[in-house]
Amino acid sequence: MRVAGLDIGSRTVKLAVVEDGTVLHTAVTYNTHDPVAVCNHLLEGVAFDRVVSTGYGRHLIGSHLGCEALTEIRAASLGARHLLPTVRTLLDIGGQDTKVISLDADGRLQKFEMNDKCAAGTGRFLEVMAVALSYDMGEFVDAALTAPRAQQVAAMCTVFAESEVIGAVARQVPRDELALGLHQSVARRALGLLRRIPVRDDVLFCGGGARNAALVRLVREGLDREVHVPADPQVVAAMGAALEGPAPPPGERPAPSALPRA
Amino acid sequence: MSEYRQMWADLGLDLDKHDALLAVLGQAYQDVYLSQEGRPEAMGYFDFVMSEVHGLRIEELMDAKAQGRPVVGTFCVFVPEELILAVDGVCVGLCAGADFGTEAAEAYLPRNTCALIKSVFGFAAERVCPYLAAADVLVGEYTCDGKKKAYEELTALHPAVWTMDVPQVKDEWGTERYRRELRRFAGQLEELSGREITVESLRHGIEVVGAKRAALQRLSRLRQAVPSPVSGLDGLLINQISFYDDPARFTASVNTLCDELEARIAASEGVAPASAPRILLSGCPMAVPNWKVHHLLESAGAVVVGEESCVGDRGTQGTVVPEGDTVEELIDALVERYLTIDCAIFTPNPTRARHAQAMHREASAHGIIHYALQFCGPYQVEATGFERTLEAEGVPVLRIDTDYGSEDTEQLRTRMEAFVERIRP
Repeated sequence: MRVAGLDIGSRTVKLAVVEDGTVLHTAVTYNTHDPVAVCNHLLEGVAFDRVVSTGYGRHLIGSHLGCEALTEIRAASLGARHLLPTVRTLLDIGGQDTKVISLDADGRLQKFEMNDKCAAGTGRFLEVMAVALSYDMGEFVDAALTAPRAQQVAAMCTVFAESEVIGAVARQVPRDELALGLHQSVARRALGLLRRIPVRDDVLFCGGGARNAALVRLVREGLDREVHVPADPQVVAAMGAALEGPAPPPGERPAPSALPRA
Repeated sequence: MSEYRQMWADLGLDLDKHDALLAVLGQAYQDVYLSQEGRPEAMGYFDFVMSEVHGLRIEELMDAKAQGRPVVGTFCVFVPEELILAVDGVCVGLCAGADFGTEAAEAYLPRNTCALIKSVFGFAAERVCPYLAAADVLVGEYTCDGKKKAYEELTALHPAVWTMDVPQVKDEWGTERYRRELRRFAGQLEELSGREITVESLRHGIEVVGAKRAALQRLSRLRQAVPSPVSGLDGLLINQISFYDDPARFTASVNTLCDELEARIAASEGVAPASAPRILLSGCPMAVPNWKVHHLLESAGAVVVGEESCVGDRGTQGTVVPEGDTVEELIDALVERYLTIDCAIFTPNPTRARHAQAMHREASAHGIIHYALQFCGPYQVEATGFERTLEAEGVPVLRIDTDYGSEDTEQLRTRMEAFVERIRP
């Protein structure tokens, strides 16, 4: 059976098509005010037998496409286990939230933590800060990687941090040092969440945040252990959703009709 | 409810804002409660009470006042209803659970005040709560810092605010302090009502409240059955209503419901399949109409099987043993029972986690959600040790911090669904 996994996130929508454990196709696109249209567009011309959704929009899409939904926590776990069967610890930095997940040796969800309801410590935080420093995302990451030292940014709140950055720019603080300080702030936040769960090898870092080389380096340094980053870290949850698709164990999940609609 | 408009106007309510509040409440009740399937028939009484929450019950309070019976508003399970009944008074719990009047409340309180306190001020400042307006006196107890300082500000919104100290340590001095406070409270009530508290009248109060607690404890035990004979939402609602309904009528109605639940259990009839994940809630009180967490959980296919909360077993546990030949001895019996309440304001407070663990086991639950209101220092701080203790015992725990707003609904839904995925048997 060919299953399409859709991960409807706050910033991007990801698609992965899986058949018999093989990923046939992946796609990533920005989300808009109309996630249903974005999903339909992603699915155009794609052959599949069923769809499984995850991410913030999972129930909305679920009700439109009549498909099942699972949380991004479970989806990311399934996707990560597929890529790295020995994974026990997962860090997922997305557009709107950061998740840390601890799995037992059999891959069962053991513990998870998520950031609070604001965008502090997420991909969105870095996007806003890049704009405040007039960088595009690539330049912003490069600046953080090459900065000689960091200018600490104390505020975690995206709005307060932006004020702090604007204040620092006005004091002529070099912007590459701010870039590094801002990346450190997000990494610290993620490492703080990881302190609340058991961290065991192997560790996998996924989500859009794992495409950020500066963040990956800071997380590796902070954890002081190997951190695996998949080739396409953004589609891990979409893959997990697709992998969940073919064989839902009987009685494992509520019928789609029992799920709340967004 | 148009027949009550004159009464509301006489109470000084802002009728337009009050209409808006009732419209929101009515819609929420429809969406959250009346849409549930397979509810016990005996829930009809509680639906009726909710439909008359600002109507018939307020009329009863006004009738009581006309007969010279004082209406005493309270905010905490440490203010004994027994003493209020002993002067033939009416006790109404005034904790509020609605996201209403926040801006008005912030004229009195800092933004980083918990939603429960803010809600009370919002209701008072916007003049939409007939209970606050009908209360002859409000009794503010010194539990958390937020509440005890807020009562100073509450005097600007109500003409009669009494206060009562509650100890933070359960030792000899704390016990003595609480005993003296209850004696002082008894004296204040006598003065307010013009009635003397006698051994007989206090025994009567103890019996009435004891019967109410016994009925709620019975309900709590029946919720332990697999499959659950009643939803967590309905269980929570009944505990919420216990704070302001007429105690004798309420007790009879809970017992009628319990009879029906026993029949359901005998027939293995449940509101959810026997395989549904079972969750215990533990933490801050949930006052009407705070149904957010239960609604999210039960919408995700789980069943809430109990509340380790002031609005729940923490508030109803224990029994006052009415032994004693003097009023002082009976007050000592109150002190003994009330100081078993394991609120997070106490330090240390090891019995709370043990109590939650016992409830979890007895209800065959699969996990505990620790619920704290943002800016509630006692419960937020206690959450870490609570989680560590119970996870070490093999009890899955999810900590959530939230408020009465709806902006974090989707984030909470994700966490709760993931927790359900974690614990699903």
